[in-house]
Amino acid sequence: MSAPSVILETIDVTQRFGGLVANSNVSIKVGRGEILGLIGPNGAGKSTLFNAIAGARIPTSGRILFDGHDITALTAPDRCRLGIARTFQVPRSFDSMSVVENVMVGSFVRASNAREARQLALETLHFVGLGARVEDPAIQLTPPEKRRLEMARALATAPKLLLLDEVMTGLTPSEARLGVELIRKVRESGVTVVMVEHVMEIVMPLVDRAIVLHLGALLAEGKPTEIVRNDAVISAYLGDRHRAA
Amino acid sequence: MTQETQIPAQDLPHDAALTHFAKSRRNQLIRAAVIFAGIALVPLAVRDTYLQNVMILTLLYAAVSQCWNILGGYCGQISLGHALYFGIGAYATSVLYVNYAVLPWFGMALGGVLSAAVALLVGKLTFRLKGHYFAIATIVIAEIGLLLVHNWDYVGGALGIQWPITGDSWATLQFARNKLPYFYFALVFLIVTWLITFKIEDSSWGYGWRAVKDNPEAAESLGIEVFRSKMAAAALSAFFTAVGGGFYAAFVAYIDPESVMSFRFSLLFALPAVLGGIGTLWGATLGAALLIPLTEITRSYLGGSGSGIDLIIYGGLIMLVSLMKPEGLLSLFQFRKGRPA
Repeated sequence: MSAPSVILETIDVTQRFGGLVANSNVSIKVGRGEILGLIGPNGAGKSTLFNAIAGARIPTSGRILFDGHDITALTAPDRCRLGIARTFQVPRSFDSMSVVENVMVGSFVRASNAREARQLALETLHFVGLGARVEDPAIQLTPPEKRRLEMARALATAPKLLLLDEVMTGLTPSEARLGVELIRKVRESGVTVVMVEHVMEIVMPLVDRAIVLHLGALLAEGKPTEIVRNDAVISAYLGDRHRAA
Repeated sequence: MTQETQIPAQDLPHDAALTHFAKSRRNQLIRAAVIFAGIALVPLAVRDTYLQNVMILTLLYAAVSQCWNILGGYCGQISLGHALYFGIGAYATSVLYVNYAVLPWFGMALGGVLSAAVALLVGKLTFRLKGHYFAIATIVIAEIGLLLVHNWDYVGGALGIQWPITGDSWATLQFARNKLPYFYFALVFLIVTWLITFKIEDSSWGYGWRAVKDNPEAAESLGIEVFRSKMAAAALSAFFTAVGGGFYAAFVAYIDPESVMSFRFSLLFALPAVLGGIGTLWGATLGAALLIPLTEITRSYLGGSGSGIDLIIYGGLIMLVSLMKPEGLLSLFQFRKGRPA
């Protein structure tokens, strides 16, 4: 028996902040094992949708289904235990702790004792390429290393779905290349990846499918090659003037 | 992040890292055993009753500050109302012993349970508050407690409770002349709180609490129930703070509201940990070893507790520490932190 092919589904998710509608009736499906890009210009509602999926904010209306559960009203810790892990747009490392201790916080979700948690954390840190820095204080890491640390922390919870919030922002091209390799490796290990990104050049070669949001609503979805040729997407990103160009 | 690690995870020598960590934990225990054994020998050399009193108070404050550190240092919730829990312990133990002849040992345990329950109630009201607002709320609640006890005749009101004079006995924790039993009780109490902190440091609770302190949102995303974590830390901290209060009542054999529940005590429980190194294993003990003798000596030379000169002195000390060494004095001793390049 094979698992259902849709791991995450949002149904008519709407988020209002007072008079502002940040997401309006957004319905998306994420397939098990795919890398999905959630893209759109600034203010398109990517982060709002991301936060609704991660559990940081419960949407005004609509439902979110994950792996056979209705998670619309679940708290972030409950979602974590069901198998959703996330990173933050601005890395939020635990700065009073060492690198390995940061990751142990995540691995305690499935470890029964501290030794096991440490072992899992060390394995995860080697997986993301931070094996040489395990004992360093987290505060000493460089920004790209902090992003890796967040990935490690999230992966240590053994998620089924990993939500990445602009992990590529601010990286040099060579750092971004390493990041892309890492995300591919994560997917190969069986984790579904949803990434919010607005750097198109990085996302497009990496993702299997992209969903474009514009002004809080779904604008387009499809393979990257289709998306980059989609007229609506081009005008949303560049304005109508550039459509002909 | 300049080169990619391509070695599969399972081939890496994690066992070495785990063994290394276990060894460093063992070394910490050995070091603690040596330090505590050293402290245990001190009263054999120092016979003076006044100095022994100062040492007993130092150990007691070190232990209670260690309890405060669980909530304030590890979980990051700066309580300035721990005098409430100390007072609950002192009053529960005194009332049970004086009115119902319940031995202080049981009184301390019951006081601890009561105090933990009150801490949960206080937590329910205050843990939604952040930072300074939380600290202010704890001050206010402790002051309310002080006022209630002041006006509550059943527990002696403003007059307090006098323990009856009895013969020396471990059962009632009453020793008229000999200070050594109190010294060793306080030392064992400190060792117990130290061991609890030591155990917590490398446990899911300890890592969870520190995550809550550093970044609650990130902690939640990793499966930690932030509110419940704070409640657990508060209950544990309040339980042992009350045990300290019960012991203090037995030690001085007379309590009144001002002598166990005034704001001064809340400060004296927080300051040693802050001075020595907040959220560290030895911070509270080191801080108390400096602060309490200083307090007691200035008080005896400069007059009673009313003058508040001692408070001025450690206000100054805290300012000095936060300007020069915000991590606390303990960071002066941490040579290992500078790792080889």
